[in-house]
Amino acid sequence: MEQPEDTVTSFRLPEPTAQQERVVPVPAGTPVFEVKDVSIYYGSFRAVANVSLSIYQNEITAFIGSSGSGKTTVLRAFNRMNDLVPGARLEGEIYYRGEPLYGKDVSPIAVRRRIGMVFQKPNPFPKSIYDNVAYGPRINGIRNKSRLNEIVERSLRGAALWDEVKNRLHTSGLSLSGGQAQRLCIARTIAVEPDVVLMDEPASALDPIATGAIEDLMKEIKSQYTIVIVTHNMQQATRVSDRTAFFSVLINPESDVRTGTLVEYDRTAKLFEDPRDDRTKAYVTGRMG
Amino acid sequence: MAVVTEQSSVDLREPAGWRRTKNRIATVLMVLSFVVVIIPLGFVLYTVIAKGASVLGWSFLTSQIPPAVVPVGTGGIGPAVAGTLEITALATVMAVPLGVLGAIYLNEYGGNRPLARLIGFMADVMTGVPSIVMGLFIFSIWVLHFGFSGLAGAFALGCLMLPVVIRSSDEMLKLVPDSLREGSYALGATKARVTATVVLPAALPGIVSGALLAIARAAGETAPLLFTILGGLTTVNSNVFSGANTALPLLIFTNATQPYIGAEARGWGAALTLIAIAFILMIAARIVTARFTRYSR
Repeated sequence: MEQPEDTVTSFRLPEPTAQQERVVPVPAGTPVFEVKDVSIYYGSFRAVANVSLSIYQNEITAFIGSSGSGKTTVLRAFNRMNDLVPGARLEGEIYYRGEPLYGKDVSPIAVRRRIGMVFQKPNPFPKSIYDNVAYGPRINGIRNKSRLNEIVERSLRGAALWDEVKNRLHTSGLSLSGGQAQRLCIARTIAVEPDVVLMDEPASALDPIATGAIEDLMKEIKSQYTIVIVTHNMQQATRVSDRTAFFSVLINPESDVRTGTLVEYDRTAKLFEDPRDDRTKAYVTGRMG
Repeated sequence: MAVVTEQSSVDLREPAGWRRTKNRIATVLMVLSFVVVIIPLGFVLYTVIAKGASVLGWSFLTSQIPPAVVPVGTGGIGPAVAGTLEITALATVMAVPLGVLGAIYLNEYGGNRPLARLIGFMADVMTGVPSIVMGLFIFSIWVLHFGFSGLAGAFALGCLMLPVVIRSSDEMLKLVPDSLREGSYALGATKARVTATVVLPAALPGIVSGALLAIARAAGETAPLLFTILGGLTTVNSNVFSGANTALPLLIFTNATQPYIGAEARGWGAALTLIAIAFILMIAARIVTARFTRYSR
């Protein structure tokens, strides 16, 4: 599985700028995120090392790779959710629309209002369906009843859930099935009209039909949002994404410390059909991971 | 042919042997312990109802306390009912918000800070302090300077309730899954809002249950009140903030030591009243929390 010589050499990654040129061959659209040589630590443990990539507007970018390769950690860095983990620390720089995301004056609260997140496990609040969707707008100070009604309907329609729940908006959000609950969480996220929607394996707990519904939804809403999705499912990445980033685990043979890093980042078709890196090739052809 | 079916038939009965025996022993033991638990409980309830129900009535609950020699039928326990309700309510107002806020600090804000660890440790220690010591404590720092009062009693009961409320609320807040907090944070909520709109509502039923247990226990406390409200009143002290007061546990204590039949009967009536107050409180709280948590399932 792991070739030792390969593992050792990959600890000496190319200079960030060189890698930047290497991994993004086709500049397109407006970059929403520019990740520059980012390493993320949990305490003294380096979970992710030297990641550089750009996320482009109105595209779906997929993060694939085996467990422990740092996909989720990098995703959670985009809306500073890692701040909630005690001891988490980021080195390098992430620019969000040109602004340093980890700058001194940046409020994680303000960041998260623009960059929403859908989690692996559907996590509706123990409130009514209506209150779940209205939660974000209410945080933003919207109190007007008719305005809230309008936002709730539009968001639920956007998440393809409206027809199923329009007659029971005031029943508990916990009464929904897994797929419905996840779409409710998507509705809750888009209710605040975020700029970016981050999705952490949003369909991993869902059946193929619910997964298909979520994937159709993603393609539908990408004209308004920029979407980054972490997935274990390579078919899902090929189905929905415009670009794919492949992450892998580096194992230091001496200390057995496992660090995730970005191996290859390209247009999805290119990455799956003609990968540049052997590890990517092994992964996407199913010979590894 | 018959032999073949004999072989292929599956035996789905519970296998005999030590495992089945163990299972049966455990079941019998569980039923037995349930019975053992329910016997004293049922007996207490039966005795209190049998001896106290006959004297109970509106005038009994509201009349002044007569001298001990007065037979059943005249007078009642009004001042003690009023005192218990006032003092317990005052103690609740002081201890429950403070305790819940303390638990929120411990669980949501304190993390592993030394201050949070110290408060958690002190709360555990305080749970073990005997109630009479709490009464003496309030006696020495408050009653000696300002005299007996319902307020002093409420301080003592509040001090008893506080650690219980902190610990039970803390446990309930710990049970709220982090995924709910993250969902709220991901929408751009501040920590205060996450706590107030997601964490607290999710933990509310448990917090209310814990607070109720603390209230019910405090309402039945005798020892801390001996040093703080004195007791022995025959008329209602309408000022809970000053002057001696009385309460149901004190009245029960005094009447139980009297040789007179009338006093004893009033003592039983007071005991039943105390149980009824706790019972009504529990039901009321369940109704209120059910309204708040109708979306939690």
